[in-house]
Amino acid sequence: MRRIGNIAVFGAVVRRDLTLALRQKSEVLTTLFFFAIVASLFPLGIGPESALLHRIAPGILWVGALLAAMLSLQRMFATDFADGSLEQMALSPVPLGVLVAGKIFAHWLLAGLPLVLMAPVLGLQFDLDGRSLAILAASLLLGTPILSLIGAIGAALTLGVRGGGVLLSLLTLPLYIPTLIFGAGAVEADAVGLSASGHLALLAALLSLAVFFAPWATTAALRIGLE
Amino acid sequence: MKDGITHWFKYASPQNFYPLAGKLWPWFAAAGAVFAVIGLWISFIVAPTDAQQGEGYRIIFVHVPASWMSMFIYLIMAAWAGLGLALNTRLSGMMASALAPTGALFTVISLWTGALWGKPMWGAWWVWDARLTSELILLFLYLGFLALQSAIDDPRRADKAGAVLALVGVVNVPIIYFSVKWWNTLHQGASVSLTKSPSMAHTMLWGMLLMALAFWMYSIAASLARVRCIILERECHSEWVKNALE
Repeated sequence: MRRIGNIAVFGAVVRRDLTLALRQKSEVLTTLFFFAIVASLFPLGIGPESALLHRIAPGILWVGALLAAMLSLQRMFATDFADGSLEQMALSPVPLGVLVAGKIFAHWLLAGLPLVLMAPVLGLQFDLDGRSLAILAASLLLGTPILSLIGAIGAALTLGVRGGGVLLSLLTLPLYIPTLIFGAGAVEADAVGLSASGHLALLAALLSLAVFFAPWATTAALRIGLE
Repeated sequence: MKDGITHWFKYASPQNFYPLAGKLWPWFAAAGAVFAVIGLWISFIVAPTDAQQGEGYRIIFVHVPASWMSMFIYLIMAAWAGLGLALNTRLSGMMASALAPTGALFTVISLWTGALWGKPMWGAWWVWDARLTSELILLFLYLGFLALQSAIDDPRRADKAGAVLALVGVVNVPIIYFSVKWWNTLHQGASVSLTKSPSMAHTMLWGMLLMALAFWMYSIAASLARVRCIILERECHSEWVKNALE
C-alpha cells in the first residue's frame, strides 16, 4: 500500500468538504444572508442617525460575523458523524489531527472567507471610509480563522449531544471574546487616530496560538465523542 | 516509602474515598462556620469605618474573598479535570463536577456584591470595567461547563468532555483577562498584593483573610459533600453502595 503524505490528505479533505458544500449551496448562502440581515437590523433598531452608526459599525459587523460563523459550526462534524464517515476517518492510519485541520480550513473557506469579502460591502451601509474598510477586512481576515478553530472544539464537544446547537453557542461565545475585542478594536483604534497595528498583531498572535492548539483539542474532543 | 504512597493512592477509588469524605466534610464545615463568625465579627464590628467610602465598604469583606474563590476554584477544577484525562481516574472527573457549582455560586456572589458596592460608590449597578467583565465571562465559562456535563447522559463521556472544555477555558482565562483589561480599565487597583505592603488597615486585612479562610473551608466541605452524592449516584449498581446505604 502506498503511503499518502499528510499534505495530500489535508488537500483531499478540503476538496471533499468544498464539493459537498457546493452541492448544497443553500446552507452556505443562508449564513451569508444571516450576516447581511443582522447588519441591516441594527440601524432599524437604533435609528438612522449616521454619526452614531458610523461609530458603532465595526462592533456591529464583528458581532454579526461572530454569530454567522457560529451558526455554521454545527455543520462541521454533524453530517459526517451522522453517516459514520467521521468514525472511518478516526480509524484511518492518517493522523486525525490532519483530517480535522482540513475540515477546519474548509469551514473557514466556506463560512469565514465570504464574511471577509462581504464585510466591506456592508461597511458601506454604515458610511465607513476606504481606510476603515481595509482595516476591517484585514482584522476579519486574521480573526475569522480563529473563530473556525475555536468553534471546532465546541462543535466536537457537542457532537451528538442533546440540544447541541444552543449548547455550542454557550460554549464558544465566551471564548470568542478576545477575538471580538481586538478585531473591532483595530478599526476603532484607527478611527480615533491610533495605530491599528497593535490590535492586528495581537489577533495574529491569537491566530498562531489557535492554529497550534485548537486542532489538537478538537481531536481529543472528537475521540471522546466517538468512544 | 512505597507503602506510604500506595496507602494514599487507595483514596483514588470512589469506594474508599466515600467514607473519608464523609468523615472530613463536617470538620471543614465546622471550621468554616467558626472562621465565618470571627471574620464577620471583625468585618462588621471591629473594623473601623472607612474615611472615604463610609460603611458601604464592608461589602468587600464578602466580595473580595468570593472573587478569589471564584477564580481559584476554576483552576482547581481544571487541575482535577486534567488529572482525570491524563490518569483516567474516575474520582477526578467527579471532583471536577462537584467543584463547578460552588465555583459558579461564588462567581454569582462576587458579581452581586460587586453590583451592591458599585451603586453607592460609582453610582451605577454595573460598569463595563475589566474586572467585572472578566468575572461575568468566568460565570459564562462555569455555566458552559455545567450545561455540557448535564447534556451528556454517559457520565464518563460527560467527565472527559467537561475536562477538555475546562482545560480550554483555563488556557483562555488569562487571554480573556488581559484582552478585557486592555479594552477598558477604570476599576481601582488591587488592594492586596504580595509585593508591596497592603494599603489597608490591619484589622481590615485580618477580616478579609478570615473570610477567605471561611470560604475555603465552605468550598471544601460543600464539594466533599457533593462528591459523595455523585459517587452514590454513579456507583449505585455496585455492591458496596448497597451495603453502605443499609
